[in-house]
Amino acid sequence: MSNKHVISLELNGDAVEFLCEPRQTLLEVLRDILHLTGTKEGCSNGNCGACTVLFNGRPVVSCLVLAMECEDAKIRTIEGVACDGALDEIQNAFLEGAALQCGICTPGFIVQAQALLDENPNPSEDEIRFYLAGNLCRCTGYDKIVRAVQAAAEQRRAATTAG
Amino acid sequence: MKPFEYAAPRTEAEAVGLLAADHVETEVLAGGTDLIGLMKQMVVTPGRLVNVKEIPSMQAISETSDGVVIGAAARLEDMAEHRLLTPFSSIGDAIVGIDSQQWQAQSTLGGELLQRPRCWYFRSGAGLLAANGKRVTEGDGRFHAIFANSGPAKFVNASRLAPALIALGASIRIMSPGKEDAEVQTLPLASLYRTPRDESQRENILSKGQLVTHVLIPHPQSLANATYEVRHGSGPEAPLVAASAALQVQAGLVAKARIVIGQVAPQPWESSEAAESLVGRPIDLVTAEQAGQLAVAAASPLKDNAYKVQLAAVAVKRAILKAAGLPTGGF
Amino acid sequence: MAEVFWPPQGSASLLGGEHNRIDGLAKCIGSAKYAYDVVPDNMLVASALSCPHAHATIRAIDLNAARNMAGVVAVEPLKKEGDEIRWEGDLVAVVAGETEAAVAEGLAAIKIEYEVLDHFVDDTDLDAATEANVTRPAGRNTQLQNRDEDADQEFERLFNEAAVTFEGHYGINVITHMCLETHGSTCESQGDKLVSHLSTQNVSGTPGQIAGPIGLTAQDVTVHCDYIGGGFGSKFAADAWGVTCAQLARNTGRPVKYMLTRSQELKNAGNRPSGFLRAKIAADKDGFVTAWDSAHWGTNGTSGAPVSQGVIPYVFNPPNRRRVATGIRTNTSPARAWRAPNHPQGCAITQTAYDDVARHLGLDSYDVFLRNLSTVGERAPIYEDQMKLAAKLMDWKAKWHPHGKGGQDGSVVSGLGMAIHTWGGGPHASRATCKIHPDGGVEIFLGSQDLGTGTRTVIGLVVAETLGLELEQVSVQIGLSEYPSSGPSGGSTTVGGVSESTRRAATAALNLLLTKVAPRLEADANQLEAVGGKIQIQGNQNRNISWKEACGQIGISPIEAQGEYAPRVTYPRNYDGKRLTDNGVAGVQMAEVAVDTETGVVKMKKFVAVQDIGLIINRKTARSQIYGAAIMGIAYALFEERIMDKATGAFVNAELADYKLPRLGDTGEIVVELYEPESEYNRGVIGLGEPPVISPGAAISNAVCNALGKRVSVLPITPQRVLEAISGGA
Repeated sequence: MSNKHVISLELNGDAVEFLCEPRQTLLEVLRDILHLTGTKEGCSNGNCGACTVLFNGRPVVSCLVLAMECEDAKIRTIEGVACDGALDEIQNAFLEGAALQCGICTPGFIVQAQALLDENPNPSEDEIRFYLAGNLCRCTGYDKIVRAVQAAAEQRRAATTAG
Repeated sequence: MKPFEYAAPRTEAEAVGLLAADHVETEVLAGGTDLIGLMKQMVVTPGRLVNVKEIPSMQAISETSDGVVIGAAARLEDMAEHRLLTPFSSIGDAIVGIDSQQWQAQSTLGGELLQRPRCWYFRSGAGLLAANGKRVTEGDGRFHAIFANSGPAKFVNASRLAPALIALGASIRIMSPGKEDAEVQTLPLASLYRTPRDESQRENILSKGQLVTHVLIPHPQSLANATYEVRHGSGPEAPLVAASAALQVQAGLVAKARIVIGQVAPQPWESSEAAESLVGRPIDLVTAEQAGQLAVAAASPLKDNAYKVQLAAVAVKRAILKAAGLPTGGF
Repeated sequence: MAEVFWPPQGSASLLGGEHNRIDGLAKCIGSAKYAYDVVPDNMLVASALSCPHAHATIRAIDLNAARNMAGVVAVEPLKKEGDEIRWEGDLVAVVAGETEAAVAEGLAAIKIEYEVLDHFVDDTDLDAATEANVTRPAGRNTQLQNRDEDADQEFERLFNEAAVTFEGHYGINVITHMCLETHGSTCESQGDKLVSHLSTQNVSGTPGQIAGPIGLTAQDVTVHCDYIGGGFGSKFAADAWGVTCAQLARNTGRPVKYMLTRSQELKNAGNRPSGFLRAKIAADKDGFVTAWDSAHWGTNGTSGAPVSQGVIPYVFNPPNRRRVATGIRTNTSPARAWRAPNHPQGCAITQTAYDDVARHLGLDSYDVFLRNLSTVGERAPIYEDQMKLAAKLMDWKAKWHPHGKGGQDGSVVSGLGMAIHTWGGGPHASRATCKIHPDGGVEIFLGSQDLGTGTRTVIGLVVAETLGLELEQVSVQIGLSEYPSSGPSGGSTTVGGVSESTRRAATAALNLLLTKVAPRLEADANQLEAVGGKIQIQGNQNRNISWKEACGQIGISPIEAQGEYAPRVTYPRNYDGKRLTDNGVAGVQMAEVAVDTETGVVKMKKFVAVQDIGLIINRKTARSQIYGAAIMGIAYALFEERIMDKATGAFVNAELADYKLPRLGDTGEIVVELYEPESEYNRGVIGLGEPPVISPGAAISNAVCNALGKRVSVLPITPQRVLEAISGGA
């Protein structure tokens, strides 16, 4: 059954090549072949958002993307959110705002929030709740996640104004 | 997933050629938010998967003298923000309802229109008709059909956009394998769907190799339109019931109307009774309420889903009010 | 020498502060490794085949075709010919292979012949269950104020004399734990040693469960769990899958990862029993419940036990009470402990009845709850205090209207509801070892685990507080069964348990250090204290040496000291001295909802949770626990339920596409208030995981009832049920 293909893509800014079968999802490749396990599997049918990554800048559930679809794509995972060893404002806000408990949904939420703030630097509370509706959390209570995204947005805006 | 061949053609004709191959079962990959899950469960097991998202001619949203043409590979999030689609708030309402930004970024129009039913018996491998409907009638059909359910099909059509597009009078462009070159035909969107009579049929009329390439929406001509979904909470899950209304209003009176209800029948369910009741009358709480009641007059709920009759009536009423810019009175 | 008991309120430097969790960074950057993130080289993946029948015996099982599939390395039967399957989705055989896809094909190649038997899955209808002969009595108990009277006659008299009597029907469906990380493990075998990276709430307790069945002894098995993606009471055992994964690793000599699929998780790995109740209730004109006569039933799966009688009615203890409990055996997987076992159901099916007293008398629910506080025992004044606080935060008095008599905005009505709860939260057994190194480094070791509640951070804070250091200076080592054993994390027992052992270990280590440092400071060790990164003469900041310098006096080997807490030994039965921990809390919650009467859709507007938890170690994570509990409460009040198909016995909504949970837009405003007068602080540490998850069901149901003027009998309150209640006229 060796029906393997070489796929090249840009992963967190680096050129990456791997061998995969058509039936392997991006999530499976990230976790099992590339050992980037920060992207989590929750439901395997796109309902929980734990496997969210950015695909050419847009958030996708990587459990429903075939690795074959990623040829030449730019993929960003949770491992690529922090730049040069410094936490992103969103990561920092999740940490400071206690917006995580067991943490299994956290990478998905952070990547999704990243997509939101890249698109809309000043989201209202309703916009945040709407934009993150594809992500499920079982134990944090959502409230602190909303506050963290608000805080991160504010911090980013302040940094932009100051810079 | 079973092993399969993967192809990502760049032209429609190439795609049709790949899909039409005799020796292998084929499926169109047009987003994957539905199909990949079904393949993981081995409910759908193609030997070849043809990814049509990379076909440039199917990605664009453009305008012709007849109306707005949307490529079937256009992504929902691109549609949500497209200026050519702003007159069609019923489409925007339905996309907003697909409450997962990830799905909006991944799903395409064609994939959305042709997603498979959410019926839990179908999804667990019992077949599209779930033992000629027996599993549903004897089991739990709380989310199943309240119209057109006397045959073996009890599932509901899953598309969130079809009711809006049908109400707007949309048609689809289908490319088929021909003797020499691929052939093209245009059909009303409503006729894409059917209620299967046996397990050899799907819930759409496409035969092997056929590909929906574009959707055409006629120019709006002062069409008031809206979609109203009754939802049990937010998230990408299907609404309990949805309704779309498209109303041509002249001098305060309805000249023409189309009302289509989603999640209530094996096909998007158009109610001409509701639509006709509005013609020649103004839109207000009374006419909208009456249209809602007429829309469900012929409903035939199963043992577990009588509540959906009320929801359908309310959804129709609220879609009409919303289209006319009036308050719906509810959430 | 340092004192083991907590410093008085206000004098602690770290305890009670707002601290970031020390595992937060790893979780935010994706480096935290959960069981399924461990990917050793050459690893096999494994997955199981589920039985499609709710009740069957296995006639024949043929694994050969699967064994011969390309990419399949091992096939392990979990059931044998003749075995009985008692619920749909039970696991029958496991395939290990090179890739997920190869495993899936291997599973598809397994041939099993079943003899299908009759099944029963309907836990809602007691009469149907009785007729099907699947019930079993689960106790009855009568308590009368006039003890000598005949119960039937006395109840008849009480009902006749009451200002109001009514009959009510209440219920709450089965829900599943639905851990976002499914159950499972990655196992590595080396000779006679085995390491199981297990997703577990019970690091210290699981090695023995794995070792026995695979022919090893507990000391040969190491269980490792740094992070766990949800447990909620369902991950105490290694389980058949944990054992099989270890066995496969032993047999193949290769690492094996075996996690349940999402639907297997929902169908096998934990659910909360249902509860249904019919009650006849009598109350006086002020809403004081004088008589309670109830029958309740429900299922916990194949063994058929209902919710415990002890929570009927919940918290309140009316003077005359009769309760009859019946269990229903269903072809569904066995229940597991779900946060605060019994309490959420007890609260949901009885405090709704208390609210109905207010509805029938046209009284304010708040006043009825207040009026009945005289029956709750010694915590009554605390409840009263907490109720006042919650009412203020909710603006209850201003918003209140009698049931069904609020204004209507279009088709939308609003309402308020409340409920109260209690829980233990005393400590579990725990041992800890604290090491102070000559270079100043500090380590604390416990065979405990952090479910995300903040245990790791709490342990670090207790050590840092004890040694006068900053949190960052303490290295917390948990999640490994080789460390001193600590109890399973359940029932809110962890924070108390680990605080006891950690505080004792750190204090003992410090006292050893003080003894070594005393000569340098020309003082008696008894005069010394560790404060602000220094060792100093008590109260004299001028005579000190730095922590690092002090540790330089240790010598070559680090200081190592143990701390232990043993239930009933550490504090014997009649112990009345100072304590580090305590047991027993109260809480009050209030909900405000809006209901669309045309669609039956309920929206959360506001939720207030007031909770006492004794001494708070980390305010930040404590609040998180309550927010999290509120959302799980909203989930089971309005969204989630296990849906069983009566005809086939199948669990039909066992995928997340169909198992409805709330999302960010569904939870409304949540207000969390920690109730912490000095009297609470002085009780010491008490667990918090369970109590705040108890009341939401009743509080939200009561709010919906207040909005509609009609009771939606069974939780979750779905649009369908709301519409049926409105049209049913109950």
